[in-house]
Amino acid sequence: MLSKNGIPTAEDLKKVMPSEERLARGAVSITECFQNIPCNPCVTSCPQKAITMPDGINDLPRVDHELCNGCGICVSRCPGLAIFIVDKSAGGDTAVVRLPFEFLPLPQAGQYVRGLDRSGAEHGWFKVVRVTSGGAKNKTYTISLEVPKELCMEIRNIGIGGYRDEQ
Amino acid sequence: MKKTEILVIGGGPAGLCAANAASSLGAKVLLCERDGVPGGQLVKQTHKFFGSEKQYAGDRGIQIGQMLLEQTQSDPNIEIYTDTTVLGIYEDGIATAEHDGAHLKIDAERIIVATGAAEKFLPFEGNDLPGVYGAGAVQTLMNVSGVRPAQRVLMVGAGNIGLIVSYQLMQAGVEVAAVIEGAPNIGGYLVHASKIRRLGVPILTQHTVLGAYGDGRVQRARIAQVDSSWQPVPGTEQDIECDAVCLAVGLTPLTELCWQAGCEMAYIRELSGHVPIVNEFLETTCSGIYAAGDVSGIEEASSAMVEGRLAGYSAAASLGHAPEKAAALQRAAQEELLELRSGPAGARILAGIAKVAEKGGRR
Repeated sequence: MLSKNGIPTAEDLKKVMPSEERLARGAVSITECFQNIPCNPCVTSCPQKAITMPDGINDLPRVDHELCNGCGICVSRCPGLAIFIVDKSAGGDTAVVRLPFEFLPLPQAGQYVRGLDRSGAEHGWFKVVRVTSGGAKNKTYTISLEVPKELCMEIRNIGIGGYRDEQ
Repeated sequence: MKKTEILVIGGGPAGLCAANAASSLGAKVLLCERDGVPGGQLVKQTHKFFGSEKQYAGDRGIQIGQMLLEQTQSDPNIEIYTDTTVLGIYEDGIATAEHDGAHLKIDAERIIVATGAAEKFLPFEGNDLPGVYGAGAVQTLMNVSGVRPAQRVLMVGAGNIGLIVSYQLMQAGVEVAAVIEGAPNIGGYLVHASKIRRLGVPILTQHTVLGAYGDGRVQRARIAQVDSSWQPVPGTEQDIECDAVCLAVGLTPLTELCWQAGCEMAYIRELSGHVPIVNEFLETTCSGIYAAGDVSGIEEASSAMVEGRLAGYSAAASLGHAPEKAAALQRAAQEELLELRSGPAGARILAGIAKVAEKGGRR
């Protein structure tokens, strides 16, 4: 349970999941933020105005998945590192998960990294397709990772270091 | 005798904002900081802050501290004395300080106490062994001095400080064996907990540390589950191999100067200790002495900055500086505080403030 071990439950996640139909259309943000805390950079950073907090700064973020174009700016802006982008639009068996990362060394595009789930458990080696800087001031990088479609709602982190050039 | 309009004691987020706010209305300010560099805890907060744009949310604490300090340093109305410890506030309103190796008397028309907080400690066997640290010391070693404090740490306390320092330890290449917490639930923001959990760090609620052991330094710690009355459950003990035990078990307001000045004080559990009774402009029961930030109740840095502004505007306005402009700014700061505290995370603070109000203080 989230408030006891830090791992969101399936029930928590259900509340923030975009529809399968929306996921199939392309990149979309998933805000894994389940606690009413005074914080709103996701709202102010979204160029599409897709994230709102109707009841004020202590509200949970609400994403209009139709307005969201999956640009990922919120991923590096969120102080809680709680936002992820999932793109299931590519044909075939793989999806892309984009996640925030604040550790050194950084992996490079093309390298293989260990994919970790919300409990930190490893699920294998996955290819990094892109590494994006959040900017000189923001300093949060985002890592885009190619994962099997069935793991795109599991993988939420990468193991630090030990990256490989081949799988 | 050093004369000034407003003396701000403490150069953390509340003190820096108080100085900048008072000066913005035209007041002359002297800021005294005990450390060599102002910034308070902001100098070691490498994580992004919460809140809204008004409190620089999304920026990192170190960046906010630097920005506030540059503003203070470039302000001709503000004089900064570093390595200066204020020692007392006397009946005639004179404050004394140790400055430049000498005893300095300061004659200020108004005083803003922004002394912050001190870390709590925990009694357990072996807590005097080298390797038992407060979380603040670990952060200073890592993030200020660039010294790796340990190889493998047991973190005690899953409030925001315990969770954030665990994350920063991992960023510094230190292994975190576990985060343990006596309460049944994680006290800090759950997003901070999820961040370290998905790095594989176990978070164990209802667990306490029984002892730290080793030959002249920490080599292992013993933890155990606790029951609902916080008593260790026999048979649940386990040994954790680690070379440091880091304590993040809460803060308590640093109120010596308020006591000594004769401010009316009250023990308010929700504000984490004895605090000065203040009114809605953060003035204590001693006329002309204000208290802002953690000294008047342990809260987040975002609220400390707003409280600092409120006290700064109030002190300057009471001296006749831009009273109309001040009134609008005071109201805006009060509303900002109310907004920050309006959710479940602020309920405890509001409950504490309600108790202060019962004792004749702020509404």
